[in-house]
Amino acid sequence: MNMQTSPETASDGTASMSPVIAARDLDLTFQTNDGPVHALKGVSLDINKGDFVSFIGPSGCGKTTFLRCIAALETPTAGQLTVNNMSPDEARRNRAYGYVFQAAGLYPWRTIAKNIKLPLEIMGYSKAEQDRRVEEALELVELSGFGGKFPWQLSGGMQQRASIARALSFDADILLMDEPFGALDEIVRDHLNEQLLQLWARTEKTIGFVTHSIPEAVYLSTKIVVMSPRPGRITDVIDSPLPKERPLDIRDSPEFIEIAHRVREGLRAGHEHD
Amino acid sequence: MKSLLAVLTVLSVIIGLWYAACVPMNIKGVLDQAERGGEVVEPATPKARRDASAIGLIVKNTFVISRSWSVERPRLPAPHQVLDELWGTTVEKKITSKRSLIYHGQVTLSATLLGFAIGTGLGILLAVGIVHSKVMDMSVMPWAIVSQTIPIIALAPMIIVVLYSIGVQGILPKAIIAAYLSFFPVVVGMVKGLRSPDGMQLDLLRTYHASTNQGFWKLRLPSSLPYLFASLKIAIAASLVGAIVGELPTGAVAGFGARLLAGSYYGQTVQIWSALFAAAILAALLVFILGLLERLILKRMGV
Repeated sequence: MNMQTSPETASDGTASMSPVIAARDLDLTFQTNDGPVHALKGVSLDINKGDFVSFIGPSGCGKTTFLRCIAALETPTAGQLTVNNMSPDEARRNRAYGYVFQAAGLYPWRTIAKNIKLPLEIMGYSKAEQDRRVEEALELVELSGFGGKFPWQLSGGMQQRASIARALSFDADILLMDEPFGALDEIVRDHLNEQLLQLWARTEKTIGFVTHSIPEAVYLSTKIVVMSPRPGRITDVIDSPLPKERPLDIRDSPEFIEIAHRVREGLRAGHEHD
Repeated sequence: MKSLLAVLTVLSVIIGLWYAACVPMNIKGVLDQAERGGEVVEPATPKARRDASAIGLIVKNTFVISRSWSVERPRLPAPHQVLDELWGTTVEKKITSKRSLIYHGQVTLSATLLGFAIGTGLGILLAVGIVHSKVMDMSVMPWAIVSQTIPIIALAPMIIVVLYSIGVQGILPKAIIAAYLSFFPVVVGMVKGLRSPDGMQLDLLRTYHASTNQGFWKLRLPSSLPYLFASLKIAIAASLVGAIVGELPTGAVAGFGARLLAGSYYGQTVQIWSALFAAAILAALLVFILGLLERLILKRMGV
């Protein structure tokens, strides 16, 4: 019970506030040559401040599309979606979120430090402020001392950490991550998952995280959203009873295995609808 | 070491073929001269030789083969004759002399560089417009393509006449013809380069709420540089061709084009060939310099 209270007490201070991200009956239909594709159908979800929400499901279930809707990179065809009580596009203009893509997407002609500076330059921070924030962001992802290196001099995992630092540098409250570790091997992934949890604990950001991996979703999240395809919809939302402090070997605990089982069941149920 | 051997092999084959080709090309002239010098050749009269095959003449008069490589006015000069002329008209002539290839080269080079600068500037501007405006993409690109289907040799005299009639002469008409040839590869390469950032890169800038301007300077322009350099190499060679073509119709007194024209008026094949080689060497040099610049800049950019 104690486990479950910690996220709640965290939101107690902001009890009067509405959810950071609120979706009601969201629909998104793409018109393609093969007819309409229902990427999202009737998606409703609240994400509170400080939540770590994972979206899991097979390809085509709309998890990335939903994340892109929050980021105003896609526009829903029906329903309501608010981010920080604004429309997603207003939130984007207010730089409410940092977005991490599956590929690091660092500019090869910029050093790591200059890459992290990119959003700061665009947003018009002063030179001194830029330098300070770059140092801070590098430290958050444990890349201090690598600022002068070029992307090709870093491993894939380090590049992805640099791209996370870039998303953190302007200190948006929301961090949206679209399969950020999908292209990395298991060991690097475990390490980055651990680091991400520490980073989340330190920064208290609200994180939306898209993944294919059940253990990753269960290990990281306070809330797991299970989705299924055709049409893309939410089939289960699981509030995790796991404590905030999570060593890697928590993955062998009965609670962990139980949640993983429920996620797997949810994914299977989604498939039976086909 | 192995690649050096391969390069030398190819080079020696080319030179060997060239020397071999000199014999049938020049044999009749050599035989005429030998006959006038009192030697016995077979067949004995120019008239009889006129319709004979070159190979047949070689077989019957093997003793003159070596002379076909040192004819004064050959149909096809031997490589060493061209080299001799090149050496004589560059190193051994004063630069101020009208017979110095350096002098002529410098005239052509200045038109080439000016044309290259105009063409590149115009090309980049057009590409930026085409990438940012759908209307320009649809209205300018077809004309840019059409412009390259007209043979420059037909267009050059008209450009010169038209410009002359409005009082423009000297280096500018030549530079404009050079620019006409060189802007096209720049447009094509630059459009491709400016469009090279993928959807993810553009989405990333969108999440920062970056302006079109910021997107251009921070992402599109740097991304386009590798493409731009590839285009510049083509453009500078095309620009040199344009400058030479621009020197032909005016009967220009200076420049590689003038040398080619004068050489063909007076049957000075050695002069033509040496001007051609000088132009080729100049083009290679310009492309090489651009290559160095490319390596330097792209390396600094970490691409």
